[in-house]
Amino acid sequence: MSTLDEKATEVMDDDSAHAKGANESGASGYIILFFIIGFAASMVLGWVAFPKLLYSQKQQPFSFNHAMHVAEVNNGCESCHFFRDDGSFSGIPKLAQCTGCHDETMGESEAEATFVEQYVWEEREVPWYSYSRQPDCVFFSHAAHVVGAKMDCVTCHGHIGESESSRPYEYNRITGYSRDIWGKNIAGLKKNSWDRMKMDDCAQCHKEAGIVHTSSVQTKRDACFVCHK
Amino acid sequence: MKVDRRSFLSFVIGGAAGTALSPLPWKLMDDSSIWSQMWPWTPVPPDGEVVYEDSTCSLCPGGCGITVRKIDNRAVKIEGKPGHPVNDGGICILGLSGLQMLYGPTRIKAPMKRMGERGAGKWQKISWDEALGMLTEKLTAIREREEAHTVAAIAGSDQGTVPALLARFMAAFGSPNFIRTPSYQDTDELAVGTLFGEAGRTGFDLENADYILSFGSGIADGWGSPVRMIKACSLWKEKRVPVVQVDPRLSNSAAKATRWVPITPGTEADLALGIAAVMIAKNLVGSGAVSGLGGIKNTLLTDYAPEKVSLSTGVSVEAIVEIAKDFARANRPLALCGRGKAQSPESLRETAAVYLLNGLTGNVNQEGGMWAIAPADYIQWPEVARDKAASAGLRQPRFDGAGSGQYANARHLLQRLPDGLNGNGPYPIQVLMVADANPCHSLHDAAAFKAALDKIPFIVSFSSFNDETAAMADLLLPDHVYLERYADVPVAAGLPSQTIGLSKPVVSPQFNTRHLGETLINLAQAVGGSVAESFPWKNYETCLQETLADKWDVLMQKGVWVDDDFATAGSSLQMAALDTPAVEIEGDAGTFPLLLMPYDSIRISSGYIGDTPFMIKTVADTVIKGKDGFVEINPQTAGEMGLSEGDLATLTTPRGEAPVRVHLFEGIKPGVIAMAKGLGHTAYDGFLADKGINVNELIGPVEDPSSGLDAAWGIRAKLAKA
Repeated sequence: MSTLDEKATEVMDDDSAHAKGANESGASGYIILFFIIGFAASMVLGWVAFPKLLYSQKQQPFSFNHAMHVAEVNNGCESCHFFRDDGSFSGIPKLAQCTGCHDETMGESEAEATFVEQYVWEEREVPWYSYSRQPDCVFFSHAAHVVGAKMDCVTCHGHIGESESSRPYEYNRITGYSRDIWGKNIAGLKKNSWDRMKMDDCAQCHKEAGIVHTSSVQTKRDACFVCHK
Repeated sequence: MKVDRRSFLSFVIGGAAGTALSPLPWKLMDDSSIWSQMWPWTPVPPDGEVVYEDSTCSLCPGGCGITVRKIDNRAVKIEGKPGHPVNDGGICILGLSGLQMLYGPTRIKAPMKRMGERGAGKWQKISWDEALGMLTEKLTAIREREEAHTVAAIAGSDQGTVPALLARFMAAFGSPNFIRTPSYQDTDELAVGTLFGEAGRTGFDLENADYILSFGSGIADGWGSPVRMIKACSLWKEKRVPVVQVDPRLSNSAAKATRWVPITPGTEADLALGIAAVMIAKNLVGSGAVSGLGGIKNTLLTDYAPEKVSLSTGVSVEAIVEIAKDFARANRPLALCGRGKAQSPESLRETAAVYLLNGLTGNVNQEGGMWAIAPADYIQWPEVARDKAASAGLRQPRFDGAGSGQYANARHLLQRLPDGLNGNGPYPIQVLMVADANPCHSLHDAAAFKAALDKIPFIVSFSSFNDETAAMADLLLPDHVYLERYADVPVAAGLPSQTIGLSKPVVSPQFNTRHLGETLINLAQAVGGSVAESFPWKNYETCLQETLADKWDVLMQKGVWVDDDFATAGSSLQMAALDTPAVEIEGDAGTFPLLLMPYDSIRISSGYIGDTPFMIKTVADTVIKGKDGFVEINPQTAGEMGLSEGDLATLTTPRGEAPVRVHLFEGIKPGVIAMAKGLGHTAYDGFLADKGINVNELIGPVEDPSSGLDAAWGIRAKLAKA
């Protein structure tokens, strides 16, 4: 370890520079080592610690079993996530839709008890966290995609319909948005179409489907205002 | 191992390389740009199901049908209801911004009792039971002492079941003192009663008229039903209907008219009679519509010859004759009066003169003419039960003197209240209840009214808003706002039909407020005895439904009930004499060389409802700038006084003094100055309070000698450079 004395010597005595020169080959090893240490530490920080720091977790009010509900209903996802008469998409169901069946406790699960006692009887809407909510600057129409382009739910939402419990809701501490928008992979890599929902992902699909999307004269692709109203 | 500078630098470089190859900087950059583009504190309304609820707006007497766009249970936009007989899809700036009344910061959110000094704004929230208990206790004690007449109520209207319930409560309780705030309705009722011999109001078939002669009526400034009027203005433009605006000031209505006739303020009656005289002299009078014309013919021809009228009004003889000929030769001419928004009583002389013009056309109760309409009679409740206390109280004279002696023609004389309270009244007032009214701001000499309230030991306000009068109360029993409640909205406002709209709850009550009708029913039941007997309804909704009877289903379905085949209030206009005295103006011309007139703007709400934050932002900075209010003055007059645009000046009238800024305006007669009504609030919220001057504090009431109604239309004033 360097000391104050050594530093003082370094300044005062030119000869000591020669002595240092003699040690150079040994020091270059340290230099590489420190480079590696610095490199490794920042990689660990960036790839492992940073995502943990960036994202916070919240538990849903209670666990929801999609798989079981899908088995009970007749119309798949649309039984609960339906289009309203005006064409707008209902999104997460309101309490009123659930109470048709759940006016009394059904089954014995803890989640069911929580739901009925704390929400149905209290007539309180369940404050679900939405995994897929886009930023406020994005206009997204389910009707255009599901009804118009005949896309299925899985393309964007994955196999959520087969989930048996609600995973924790992870949100970005800086932006406040759900982690699903950037994607689980911190590098932003994706294997499936539903892994990420950033603008590039919209753009990619719009480019591939690009026959009818030519609202921008300049780019012959969709113009900004198609999504950013 | 030795860590020297090179090793350290190497560590840092390694760290930098590693960081660059990790997602950290790229992800942070992305996140911070997202964050900076959408601040998390920017409010974003939640998404949800869009529904539309129809209702009726009752922020002004206009009675427009509205459609409220809702996202889930939150109202987000008010639109005019297409196809509605009053407004057919149109909406005014006040109606449009009504949601700021619902969700804005001026709401009184729960019943409260006063804690500190009166007017100090210190309140304590209490429960409805406690609040009603307090009031019941006071009222019961007064009744037991057989002093029921010492309770008074001020209401913004007497139309519809809610004001009728308040009037009924007063009658059942035993007080003759149900007092309606002054409006043009007072004069109109008086004029119809005098000229047609029956109770009623006027209606104007504006859409079918082919010549409009307006005596200062703000046809594009909020007169009558404002949206209907704006639509009528457009229709007249389209059909090339001549619109003549008689106005001392180039108001928006005058600017929109085909012809503007600047007139010496206060001489409108002379001009109307002068036009009548020309019509008679030139034999241009329609047949048989006016009886008793023979009796006044000679007086008209001699006293109101164009030359004489020209001298007093400042309108040229040629103009008078031309207007008279055009008016008479039109097929369906209409003359209108009621200055500005017609929110204040006017001189009976002027009103009768203008109605006489309509009579002379022979178009009374005809298409395109003026109609005399019998009062709406759908509220048919059994007589109130009167016990001893009620009978004793009702034998007492009214506190404001209306209906007897020299005031026999008047029904309500609120402006006489301060004088009465200051020792000239027949008895003291122990409890005052105020509903849908803000007399501490909207009454002439508002400061004197406010000061006189000191003499009343207990004041109850039912206001939904934190207005000037509520600020002076001891107990607040806040009503729902119009978007949260059921109410019938009978529309007069110059409509030539019997029209009733229905207000429906568009959203559930946002705060711990209670429907005024409900409060009154609860109160009556708590007072008990014959008062309770007079209120047999379980709740307000039952009362409303029973009262509307067969109209209820129509109203629930269509939102409006219209009867075009209504009863008229007499068919012929009788003009007995022309001796109705004029309304003089207060102040001596020597000390006060100028004439101050208030004017109405559609952008400034000046009654019980204050301006919304949205509306106040639309007011020009020649009306208010920052906190300063402006007075309009002709450049010639300003030049004589050494005033230029934007100068600070002190405006003095016999009633008060205020700092103002000067706005030079070619569109106002020399010697006349004008100020917008509805500003200078001290209550409400930061958007409205302390902006401009309340012109009502500078103008005192002036009683029309023929009725006692406060028909002040201005005051003498002086301006001095500050």
